Amino acid sequence: MCLPGMLIAQDAAQAEVATVALETAVEATTALDSGNTAWMLTATVLVLFMTLPGLALFYGGLVRSRNVLSVLMHCFVIACLASVLWIAILYTMAFAPGTSGWLGGFEHIGLKGINIDSMAGDFPETIFIMFQMTFAIITPGLIVGAFVERMKFSAILLFTALWLVLVYAPVTYWVWGGGWLFESGVIDLAGGIVVHATAGISALLLAKMLGPRDGFPSKLHVPHHPAMVMIGASMLWVGWFGFNAGSQLAANGNAGMTMLVTHISAAVASLTWMCLEWRINGKPGLVGIVTGMVAGLATITPASGNVGPLGAVCLGFLAGIVCYFACGIVKNKLKIDDSLDVFAVHGVGGIMGTILVAVFGTTVFGGTGVDDMVQQLGIQVKAVGAVVLWSIIATFVIVMICKFTTGLRVTEEVENTGLDQSEHGETAYQFE
Amino acid sequence: MKLIKAIVKPFKLDDVKDALAEVGVEGLTVTEVKGFGRQKGHTEIYRGSEYTVDFLPKTMIETVVDDDTVEQAVAATVKAAKTGKIGDGKVFVLPVESAIRIRTEETDGEAL
Repeated sequence: MCLPGMLIAQDAAQAEVATVALETAVEATTALDSGNTAWMLTATVLVLFMTLPGLALFYGGLVRSRNVLSVLMHCFVIACLASVLWIAILYTMAFAPGTSGWLGGFEHIGLKGINIDSMAGDFPETIFIMFQMTFAIITPGLIVGAFVERMKFSAILLFTALWLVLVYAPVTYWVWGGGWLFESGVIDLAGGIVVHATAGISALLLAKMLGPRDGFPSKLHVPHHPAMVMIGASMLWVGWFGFNAGSQLAANGNAGMTMLVTHISAAVASLTWMCLEWRINGKPGLVGIVTGMVAGLATITPASGNVGPLGAVCLGFLAGIVCYFACGIVKNKLKIDDSLDVFAVHGVGGIMGTILVAVFGTTVFGGTGVDDMVQQLGIQVKAVGAVVLWSIIATFVIVMICKFTTGLRVTEEVENTGLDQSEHGETAYQFE
Repeated sequence: MKLIKAIVKPFKLDDVKDALAEVGVEGLTVTEVKGFGRQKGHTEIYRGSEYTVDFLPKTMIETVVDDDTVEQAVAATVKAAKTGKIGDGKVFVLPVESAIRIRTEETDGEAL
């Protein structure tokens, strides 16, 4: 195999050698390192925990009580669907060596050729497959926040499947799998581009095409369970250590620094958001502070392998401010019901971090790996632009396909009754 | 017999219960309700967007008393539930035709 994951930390020249000369790569495979293996097993568990139940609870608490089960259901079914698609076709599309820079090969279709002895660097490839699978689970899971309380269940399944094949797998190959953006030297340790930019921009377009919830924007109902939001968000914070530090693919000093800067950014962004709310609305809210935390984590994600503690403070501070105002702009100025602010928090945060790593990754800010700020800035902006453009085109096509096959929205009656009862036949809260 | 229906601030429930017990009321029914009066609702702000909450949580206390206890019971309820601020609630008094204690099948005054 081409060991794409391991290539992330290496420079482009080495990458080329490894990708082109497969045999050399196989010979170069080092013996199994049990420390790294143990950490990657753990990191995989942490990232799955982000979606189940972290993200599900974070989103579930933000909707009305009549729709909470539908949101939990969406996150769960997407996890299952993405898993099956990942082993069937997505892994090979994303990580097998491709003939062009655009798409991975098909040699591992259905995980063909992978066995107990297959290695990804110095740990088993099965773990690398599982680790990356959890990323393919949470990315379409993030998009759930854009369509809650109104999208048809069948349309959600079709959208998710097509989106993983047309957006997630190709972009993963471009950035991490040895594709054209990887070759260009783009920095994206854990998915500012691959996860947050793709999900954020697709969420915004889907929300626009789907139309707003009944009552948007003036007659909406308050989040039904802010405590659930906090519990889910806290699980995301914990899981994010696996997401970012795990993306170093080793239990070493880099992983330690990544964990440290990830945590700093989350804390600073939370405080920044809280202070803004306190000043603007008069009261510091729980939903606000935890949203700031998610913004801080999304923003540090692409940069977490290159910035130092000072850079993390700066990124967290900017995440809190920019994402806070982005929420208002999307809902009040653009009038798009991106219901749970997927674009404003994940999209804006991920894109901002991807671009600013070129600045905060320089030695001036205590970072590493960025020698020429201007040149790196150009690479980062180009990568973001290309991925955003592709996400828009592909998402538009996918939504149109859904529109003319499954249909997009539930009926007005179903929306009023709530998706829990009418789509799933269950009720969240029983009073006996 | 009269039905006293008091809609009060939720945190005043215990005070009202104690006050009614002092004037001899032996039982009551409590319901968590929502509604609005002159106080109207309020707004909450999440992530910079304002949400209007039209109905505020209140507690409804219902009890049936003899005609000669009504005045005392209503006075006790009002005194206990009053804060002097908007949103203290209301007390309604309605006539009751009959009452039966299920266990013994006693009726009317005997059943209270």
